[in-house]
Amino acid sequence: MADTTITAGSLPAANEAETIFGFTRPQFAAFLVMVAFIAVSPFFLFPPYLMKVLCFGLFALAFNLLIGYVGLLSFGHAAYFGMGGYIAGYTAKAWGLSPELAIILGGAVGALLGLPFGWLAIRRSGIYFAMITLALAQMVYFFCLQAPFTGGEDGIQAIPRGNLFGMFSLQSDMAMYWLVAAVFLLGFLLIHRVIHSPFGQVMKAIRENEPRAISLGYRTDDYKLIAFVLSAGLAGIAGGTKSLVFGIATLTDVHWSMSGEVVLMTLVGGLGTIFGPVVGAGVIITMQNYLAEFGAWVTVIQGAIFIACVLAFRRGVVGEIANLFRVRL
Amino acid sequence: MTLNRRTLIAGAAALPALGGLPFRSAKAQAQNVIRIGVLNDQSGLYRDLSGPGSTQAVRLAIQESGITNRGIQVEVVQADHQNRPDVGSTVARQWIDRDGVDVIVDVPTSSVALAVNTVVRERNKVYINSGAATSDLTGAQCSPNTVHWTYDTWMLAQSTGGAMVRAGGKSWFFVTADYAFGHALERDTSNFVRSQGGEILGNVRTPFPGTTDFSSFLQQAQRSRAQVIGLANAGGDTINSIKQAAEFRITRGGRTKLAGLLVFVTDVHALGLETAQGLVLSETFYWDLNDRTRNFTQRLGALPGGIRPSMVQAGCYSGVLHYLKAVADMGVQAAKASGTEAVARMKAMPTADDCFGEGSIRPDGRKLHPCYLFEVKAPSESRGAWDYYKLLGTTPADQAFRPLAEGGCALVRS
Amino acid sequence: MEDLLFELQLVLPQVILGVINGAFYALLSLGLAVIFGMLNVINFTHGAQFMMGAFVAWMLLNWLGIGYWPALLLAPLIVGAIGVVIERTMIARLYKLDHLYGLLLTFGCALVIEGLFRNEFGSSGLSYRPPPEFAALDLEIGDFFLPGYRVWVLIAATIVCVATWLVIEKTKIGSYLRAAVERPQLVQAFGINVPLMMTLTYGAGVALAGFAGVLAAPIYSVHPGMGANFIITVFAVVVIGGMGSIMGSIVTGFMLGFVQGITDVFYSEASATVVFVIMAIVLLTRPAGLFGRA
Repeated sequence: MADTTITAGSLPAANEAETIFGFTRPQFAAFLVMVAFIAVSPFFLFPPYLMKVLCFGLFALAFNLLIGYVGLLSFGHAAYFGMGGYIAGYTAKAWGLSPELAIILGGAVGALLGLPFGWLAIRRSGIYFAMITLALAQMVYFFCLQAPFTGGEDGIQAIPRGNLFGMFSLQSDMAMYWLVAAVFLLGFLLIHRVIHSPFGQVMKAIRENEPRAISLGYRTDDYKLIAFVLSAGLAGIAGGTKSLVFGIATLTDVHWSMSGEVVLMTLVGGLGTIFGPVVGAGVIITMQNYLAEFGAWVTVIQGAIFIACVLAFRRGVVGEIANLFRVRL
Repeated sequence: MTLNRRTLIAGAAALPALGGLPFRSAKAQAQNVIRIGVLNDQSGLYRDLSGPGSTQAVRLAIQESGITNRGIQVEVVQADHQNRPDVGSTVARQWIDRDGVDVIVDVPTSSVALAVNTVVRERNKVYINSGAATSDLTGAQCSPNTVHWTYDTWMLAQSTGGAMVRAGGKSWFFVTADYAFGHALERDTSNFVRSQGGEILGNVRTPFPGTTDFSSFLQQAQRSRAQVIGLANAGGDTINSIKQAAEFRITRGGRTKLAGLLVFVTDVHALGLETAQGLVLSETFYWDLNDRTRNFTQRLGALPGGIRPSMVQAGCYSGVLHYLKAVADMGVQAAKASGTEAVARMKAMPTADDCFGEGSIRPDGRKLHPCYLFEVKAPSESRGAWDYYKLLGTTPADQAFRPLAEGGCALVRS
Repeated sequence: MEDLLFELQLVLPQVILGVINGAFYALLSLGLAVIFGMLNVINFTHGAQFMMGAFVAWMLLNWLGIGYWPALLLAPLIVGAIGVVIERTMIARLYKLDHLYGLLLTFGCALVIEGLFRNEFGSSGLSYRPPPEFAALDLEIGDFFLPGYRVWVLIAATIVCVATWLVIEKTKIGSYLRAAVERPQLVQAFGINVPLMMTLTYGAGVALAGFAGVLAAPIYSVHPGMGANFIITVFAVVVIGGMGSIMGSIVTGFMLGFVQGITDVFYSEASATVVFVIMAIVLLTRPAGLFGRA
């Protein structure tokens, strides 16, 4: 029955009991590989590209927290991502906030926005949930187009990267990269921690069988709402980081096609795996980079990947690898 | 331990997907080569008016500049920014940092244009913008590395608003897309209408995006009995409003005229003369304007989709031609070394080409040339393919654009 | 009294126009409801199929010289046939899985279809002119002019909506359909080919979108993004109406057109957002939607 839920489901894993910092041994090994890659890659790959991958990786991780562990498909996550970007960009540029504060504020506003939206959306589940989040995100898009501080269709331009803690200049791509890497890893570890906490166990129980979780006395709506707010907040942090990296915050990031893109990244990487969203973000960003000269084919190929993933490849890259080796990643 | 090793292999298998973007390629080091990047919309709304046609125009400029005869090589790369600022800014960074691109050309869509403006300035290269409308490029966000070549919103508002009143369209009603761009267009145009002695009877704000039916708004405009309905919107909104104005016979009896504040020849082509006839609009280039523009159009040859060159594509030609003249004048090494110097040299030289005639570039980066007010012909007046416009009036180059002092460009004050 | 009459004169035409736009919401949300009722799939491709309807009409006219009236029948059939292929080759494999996979799959299909049309036709949009005979229906009352074609849109959409409702609620086929929704195994056991019924239902729902597309072609610019403009609003309409009844989706569609028409007059800035505001209110008071079953 593993395939009938939206997630890859739980796989029988060896050495389940042995954990290192809450990771199973294969997970820990994969984590080390990831950290090593993050540490080495900027010396031979283009740093802005890597930063983009990490920002979207964190965004996808945040999204995956909902779909992969609570079973709720949000089709409006661009709202939190984009709003986080606007807030971080605006506060960094207009108020001269230092980058770490701007990013935290972006995350906080993302979470704040997630609170009423989540409260409305969790009244329904499944397909309705997806449609409601989409419609609410569309309202955020309208808001961002109108609000004076977002700069309308020009967006917020020339956002300064500023000095970290007021001391270290982030002007060089390398300096910025280490900040992005740190934000990403913190976000990753936070999500990992949440999933493996008692709270995370309840989330998974809701995903598997909500009525049973209710009958056990859990107020599942509260759990769903907290997960939603957390996910929105992390998406806001990812968006805020991205707007500092590229110095712009624009409507693209609140558009519904961005919501679609994060679904695609997570799906390609593997729903409900902790490493999947990161790999998925890497694959999709790389593809967009190489296909930039092919125009409309980008959309066609993204759509085709969507279809292929849903039809034949539901576990995603990481899910398939995990399945191959009978481990959980 | 086997588990660990397996996982490591599994992790490594995912690496190629992430890799493949080398930090710096050897290509960037070559010295006697000028690299031009054409960055525009190859798939969306602005494909027809910029897109591959702009690249073709740039190639023609290189060929006609005669620069290759001096032993200077010129290479052209192109990319699709998908109208997304983050994509545009990433491509611009990669082009400059990794591929050694010296000039970025075209870049329609204001948000992308402004993002690229920052990137080019930080890296001291050259930016010739032809496609974007925002007058901020030579105003609040002006840069010593940027020339804004073809047109801007101030110019469109002034030409259409001012010239229209002089041509007898005294009373106006605006159908305005409800966002900053639409508001600015309406505000600027209103000022010119009033300054010429015209009056504004009212306006209606249409939600953006998401309005597909403009008939209700057009009827409100019609009831005001204004002589001119100003369409302060762009792209698909403009096309739908013109189409539905024809459907509801808003302009019947010749009492009311539609004025498009941002309409291109490619839009008129898409609408067809039957629908677009009588529409008034402003452009700085029209392929059938005179012998020189017709000659240029012929030299350019067939564009993808059988279209005739738009003013944006003509601007790419003219801008690159002028840049290469400056390069020939100051030497490749110097031009590559500093974008500011190259742009300063461009500003010091008068411009001359078949598309825009004689002109100049102001200290704020604004290229000056005349602007034309056109009316779209009725099908019966059109003598052949793409015979779309009749000329109503011309604003001379020195009056067509925002006065230098009013833009708030920091380069001017210093 | 005078004032009231004047107001009425001002509002009435806009309300009529609004209801006509509502006809498109009704047709599209009806198609979605038919598909959802039978397949439990939210058809994200619906907007793209609406766009295809308009494009097929354009192609029939410009490539084959086939005019509006035949296109009104042919285009929905062609779009429906493509829908059948999509259902057979792809959607049918997902029935046993979580419904969300259907949403994701159809989203992917929408991207592919839109991208292909963009490659082939660009994005500037194409023109499709309605046949001249509609001029006979032109209405002109004082200042108010209503093109005959819009009158026709209202008539045609109403006929199709009512006919669809009659087929589902009052015919034998409809009763099989409703039964198959409730108890697919049992209906299958009675010897009715349920998979075939699902395929045809999807085809029919898609054909409705194609039909709406042909109706829309002379009004809107025919371009690859025209469906995407509609689909999110239509989703909100579906949430407001609820998925409970066919009639519900029709009524909600027309009703929201009416509301938008009024908003256009009094506060035009809000006419795109009003649907979403109503959606939020409905969710707070009746989470299952106005006509939905909890």
